[in-house]
Amino acid sequence: MNRQMKSILFYTLVVVVVIFSVFPFYYAIVTSFRSGQELFNPSVFPTSFTTGNYFSIFKEQPFGLNILNSVIVATSVVILSLIIAVTASYALARIHFRGRGLLLMTILSVSMFPQVAILSGMYELIRSMGLYNSLPGLIIPNTVLTLPFTVWVLTTFMKELPKELEEAAVVDGASPLTIVRRIFLPLMWPAMVTTGLLAFIGAWNEFLFALTFTLSNEVRTVPVAIALMSGATEYELPWGNIMAASVLVTVPIVVLVLVFQRKIVAGLTAGAVKG
Amino acid sequence: MTLALQQDGTATRKAKRSNLSSARLRAAWLFLAPMMIALAAVAGWPLLRTIWLGFTDANLTDLSQSQFIGFENYLSYYDGEAYGVLVDAEWWNAVWNTLWFSVISVGLETLFGLLIALILNAEFKGRGLVRAAVLIPWAIPTIVSAKMWGWMLHDQFGVINEILLGVGILSEPVAWTADPSTAMWAVIMVDVWKTTPFMALLTLAALQMLPGDIYEAARVDGINPIRVFFKVTLPLIRPAIIVAVIFRSLDALRVFDLIYVLTSSSTSTMSMSVYARQQLVDFQEVGYGSAAATLLFIVIALLTTITVVAGGLKSGEGEQS
Repeated sequence: MNRQMKSILFYTLVVVVVIFSVFPFYYAIVTSFRSGQELFNPSVFPTSFTTGNYFSIFKEQPFGLNILNSVIVATSVVILSLIIAVTASYALARIHFRGRGLLLMTILSVSMFPQVAILSGMYELIRSMGLYNSLPGLIIPNTVLTLPFTVWVLTTFMKELPKELEEAAVVDGASPLTIVRRIFLPLMWPAMVTTGLLAFIGAWNEFLFALTFTLSNEVRTVPVAIALMSGATEYELPWGNIMAASVLVTVPIVVLVLVFQRKIVAGLTAGAVKG
Repeated sequence: MTLALQQDGTATRKAKRSNLSSARLRAAWLFLAPMMIALAAVAGWPLLRTIWLGFTDANLTDLSQSQFIGFENYLSYYDGEAYGVLVDAEWWNAVWNTLWFSVISVGLETLFGLLIALILNAEFKGRGLVRAAVLIPWAIPTIVSAKMWGWMLHDQFGVINEILLGVGILSEPVAWTADPSTAMWAVIMVDVWKTTPFMALLTLAALQMLPGDIYEAARVDGINPIRVFFKVTLPLIRPAIIVAVIFRSLDALRVFDLIYVLTSSSTSTMSMSVYARQQLVDFQEVGYGSAAATLLFIVIALLTTITVVAGGLKSGEGEQS
């Protein structure tokens, strides 16, 4: 095989990979601008441009409220889990104590939990606290779902910082809380942004709890709202609306991911490869 | 070494040291307390309650009215006939579906992930754009990707049927997600599409840590690149790939969202998680569903323990140095 053949083959492969990756999202955007009879035209190219679907999702159902719910839940989850995780990960990464290895392994195992295994116990807990069908009833389980991952990634990042950083402060008698606040927090911002972003995406996408612990459309989050969108009959799904809603909530996430590409890759590798 | 150093130090320094370190130890546990309380209260407790509920006849309408019935949800005999999760053909069907789904999709993801990582590791024009494009499926929420593919795979108006009919691969439209013979493949394909970027990124990270001089030497010696890949590259990145495969497998075993949305509760694709939730919520059989959920937990816990212990031994060796 000569050089030219090789490079043609290589670029063909690249094009196939790119098309396979991007096409479904592209097609969702194309569909979201089709309405009425036009929706049943399965052409791969944009054939019409009507924005009706984007308006009807807000008119026919409380989709604006669903977005707000998702934003509230995901933001609260990120803030809560980062606050709890940053001190915990300092202890796990910088202080030698007995049982540390075991604790780290336990945290890693908890992040592997099948969600459904705590579903009935969690349902009972949420009910008994009177939080069924409310946003706090989603924030609490989601925070705990995210926490092990957040702690794990932050611990990995914190372990990488040089030892000398805190030695002087320790000898000077600075309290651990001061050390965390004054020395580590300023250095940890990039890692916290990465971890927070991954936690946000996780909470934004969470489905099982959001589906099971809510009842009315007004407290549902975006994924549940999209999954349960229905038309006049069971067999007549409003595909135009579903695609418009999907595109609307996915574009910000895709933009975030592309902007923070490098940070996200660093966070994912810290969470998995070094684990 | 350390012993010699310690004997070198004076008694006061030692006392100060131990004072300091005991203060740090107290701080460590104080710092860990919020996390441990949160995990115990909102993960540990519900887990214990789920296991307990699995031994009761609890019903969703009133959980407080449940009674202890021992192992009846798992296995019991009435008039010589066996009942319970362990003899439920649908449960075993779900177990089989989950294993099949996990093995095939993680296998394909590893393979495609490696291929894409090799592409992204090569120097070529537009590499940044290709990497961004590859990352898109990962960024799309699972529910959204299930819906997007559900629409593309639609039996009457789906673009996939349209394309395949157009080029002559199909002679008549296929109901991909409804037909039992294709439904699982549809699920696997969407999962592969969604998760290959994750595998590709982790593999790429491992590839980029490889020392360049080995390849230089191989090139100078004129060794076939394919041979270099199998003899040098693959053995070196194997540990990273194994970790990624373990993470993905544990994730695949608990699959719920994708199957629930793409094929709802069709038996041909039902996973263990979907089965457990159906019993719990749709049939309101909290006791029975909890028993199934507990079984799934045991399977995953066993696999996780084996992995963590095996991995822990290895990293323990590393920490000695």
